Amino acid sequence: MLERADVLIVGAGPAGLAAAIELKRLGVREVVVVDREPDAGGIPRLCHHPGFGLRDLRRMLSGPAYARQYVHRAQQAGITIHLATTITGWQGPRHLSFTSPRGLGQIEAKAILLATGCRERPRSARLIPGSRPQGVFTTGSLQRFVYEHHLPVGERAVIVGAELVSLSALMTLMHARVPVAMMVTELPEPQIYFPYRPMKWLLADWLTRTPIVPRAQVTNIVGRQRVEGVEITHLDSGRVERIGCDTVIFTGDWIPEHELARLGGLALDPGTRGPQVDGAFRTSARGVFAAGNLLRGAETADASALEGQRAARHVHQFLSDGQWPERAWPIWVEPPLAWVCPNVLHPTESLTSGLAFCSHEFCDNVRVLVVQGEKLLHAQPFRRLVANEILRLEVNWLTAFDGAAAALRLVVAR
Amino acid sequence: MAEQVYDVAIIGAGVVGAAIARELSKYELTCALVEANPDVGMGTSKASTAIWHTGFDAKPGSLEAKLLRRSYALMDEFMLQANIPVERLGGLLIAWNDDQLKTLPALLEKAQQNGVTDARLVAADEIYRREPHLGPGALGGMLVPSEGILCTYGVPLACAYQAVLNGVTVLLNHPVRAIHTENGGHVLSGPRGETPCRYLINAAGLYSDEIDRLLGHHTFTITPRRGELLIFDKLARPLVNHVLLPVPTAITKGVLISPTVYGNVLLGPTAEDLPDKTETGTTAKGLQLLMEKGRAILPELLSEEVTATYAGLRAATEHSDYPIELYAAQRYVCVGGIRSTGVSASLGIAEYVVELLRDAGLGLTPKVEFQPVRLPSIGEAFTRPYQSAEMIAANPAYGQIVCHCERVTLGEILDAAHASLPAHTVDGLRRRTRVLQGRCQGFNCQGAVIALLARETGQRPGALTMLERVQNA
Repeated sequence: MLERADVLIVGAGPAGLAAAIELKRLGVREVVVVDREPDAGGIPRLCHHPGFGLRDLRRMLSGPAYARQYVHRAQQAGITIHLATTITGWQGPRHLSFTSPRGLGQIEAKAILLATGCRERPRSARLIPGSRPQGVFTTGSLQRFVYEHHLPVGERAVIVGAELVSLSALMTLMHARVPVAMMVTELPEPQIYFPYRPMKWLLADWLTRTPIVPRAQVTNIVGRQRVEGVEITHLDSGRVERIGCDTVIFTGDWIPEHELARLGGLALDPGTRGPQVDGAFRTSARGVFAAGNLLRGAETADASALEGQRAARHVHQFLSDGQWPERAWPIWVEPPLAWVCPNVLHPTESLTSGLAFCSHEFCDNVRVLVVQGEKLLHAQPFRRLVANEILRLEVNWLTAFDGAAAALRLVVAR
Repeated sequence: MAEQVYDVAIIGAGVVGAAIARELSKYELTCALVEANPDVGMGTSKASTAIWHTGFDAKPGSLEAKLLRRSYALMDEFMLQANIPVERLGGLLIAWNDDQLKTLPALLEKAQQNGVTDARLVAADEIYRREPHLGPGALGGMLVPSEGILCTYGVPLACAYQAVLNGVTVLLNHPVRAIHTENGGHVLSGPRGETPCRYLINAAGLYSDEIDRLLGHHTFTITPRRGELLIFDKLARPLVNHVLLPVPTAITKGVLISPTVYGNVLLGPTAEDLPDKTETGTTAKGLQLLMEKGRAILPELLSEEVTATYAGLRAATEHSDYPIELYAAQRYVCVGGIRSTGVSASLGIAEYVVELLRDAGLGLTPKVEFQPVRLPSIGEAFTRPYQSAEMIAANPAYGQIVCHCERVTLGEILDAAHASLPAHTVDGLRRRTRVLQGRCQGFNCQGAVIALLARETGQRPGALTMLERVQNA
């Protein structure tokens, strides 16, 4: 069974569906979206709390309502969505194979957009030692447990992390009536930035009175069959404290779902660990684009959707002119910066949405510099870099960089 | 109702006990496989390095060498028949210093004495040709082409499945607390009742010394040796082609790096003697040590994600050989203290133990029919259900992937929940199907799997997640 399409989009989350809708609007005929889940809509389907749709749909929706909106719009636009369909590999440059309850098959397209999203790194990837009892979750598995399958969670939880997604975990635990002993973060303060500060006050400080313990790390999970507690080590004093709980939620610490990208031999960026992309969402493989959380871990759903929409315009452009740049210039980050995206540039192109970047640490009163060799291309002051917050760098310097010279670097000057 | 008196009872349903049960099920006998845990293969068997050993470095002339040798051919046939994942990748011992290099000729001679005739020394350039991602500094090595990897859950499972198909009674959740000898037989007793038998086999692994003492013997003591292991993401699989073995020297055994039959890469084990037989947690120190050793052997491995970390306890004794002992007058065979080569030797051990029982006077009449067993395909080198157009056409549930990381389908989960020895714990399902073993560790499918297993086995989800047990305790 070989299907042909103008554009094949892998992933029916906000980025994939928004891209599909935009492609249809631009007049592309055959747009096929595949998703391995039995339902379309992506992660927002599982986030039964408000906070979705502000920037793209211009209203405040719950996650499931937001997901339904996109699915509805995609259906209205006549987009083919294959659900419960897992892409299993590449047969050619723009030719993928899949498996589904309907059988095995292949899809060949003129362009491919990967929008496979991201996941939270589990306890094992974080190398947290201890036993392996039941009761260890990520925010994602917790939300499915509670909202999708209505399963009992536990009696007392510890949340690892204190960023936006950690609040999502807190809300899910509130819904499941599980008291939270504390939120633990290795960083010196919670990473909840404007405009989400009021949510932190409301949820953590006022409604649940959950203490947020900074500069502490979970260093052991205790319990044979079920979690009986965690040991946290206070990073400044070295003191080890045992917290009784039967549930641990690991939140954040995103990693792109890059398996398909890697199987296709796409170049990855060492910072984001997603495929390298330029300002037009082009990967290292001709005709293959990438957008959404696959690029750099979780952004909010509306940001991902807007990104998918922008990517769609570049895909459409490619379908009409077949242009694909020969060469691209990578841009790297140096610690404490975590990543920059787009992470390859072209001297002749403009970047409409700026450069997104993120820091591993809090940095106050710094300048973020773009350097090529010894040459300073750009310096932008920041009063504060909040750890894990996605920030934007201006790109008016782009015309200044030298296509013949060394790679570009993004560094922090104190 | 009078309790059934079994001809033979086997304490311990690890790989050794299950293999013995399978071997005995070839004969007209009534057998019970008695296990304290809720499933087979839950002790040492579940956390081994999953290497299919040829026995090239066993002590020549030892029982271990003999049984490994005999077992190799038996395993070869059984794994093919039972569809147990296996790949004969070849073992590559790598010498990183002069001491190790000097040991190699003696190791080669030992391999030849052990009948492993395909072993040969290889120069550094051949090593790097075979393993282009290897870290710098390899001086030379030895290739053992017949070494391989296998599914360490599959062997005890297939043995137990086949034993059940051929009439063996498996008593799970049956810890043995006391043993009474009466009328020349034994009565095993524990919280779940009594199990009388004529002949008794002790295959209790980590607890085999304690069982042995219940029968009045004091010939060995088990010291649990903890081995911590790291499993790396499948995307690391192209980095390694062989089982990369350390050269054993007097000072250290070192760690190995090996592909797994599920398509991951394994790094480990550490070796730490412990007093506690339940201490299967990982430690910061152990994981750190493995990362350091792994970095030297295969530097690129460290930039891949770790999918799982775990620790297993090996049953180390003060003896260098397998302490297998027949007490004919007592109608008792002790098969305790089988060290880490046990999975590979299991079928050889089973055959040997049954011969010992014959010596002790157990009548062995072969059955006319011995039912074969076939496991579902879970090895990466085999065609998995999601890859099979025929299976999906016959039953679309084999095309419905539930666990995306490991590509486990609804059909396979339903099969495991209704097998002859069904999965009735999350762990049991994990081992039978690979669900929840992948890189997301449940981010995507944990809820779905637990809801499904609860429905199929008629249990409450809270019981499956051990929430209720803890609340009741």
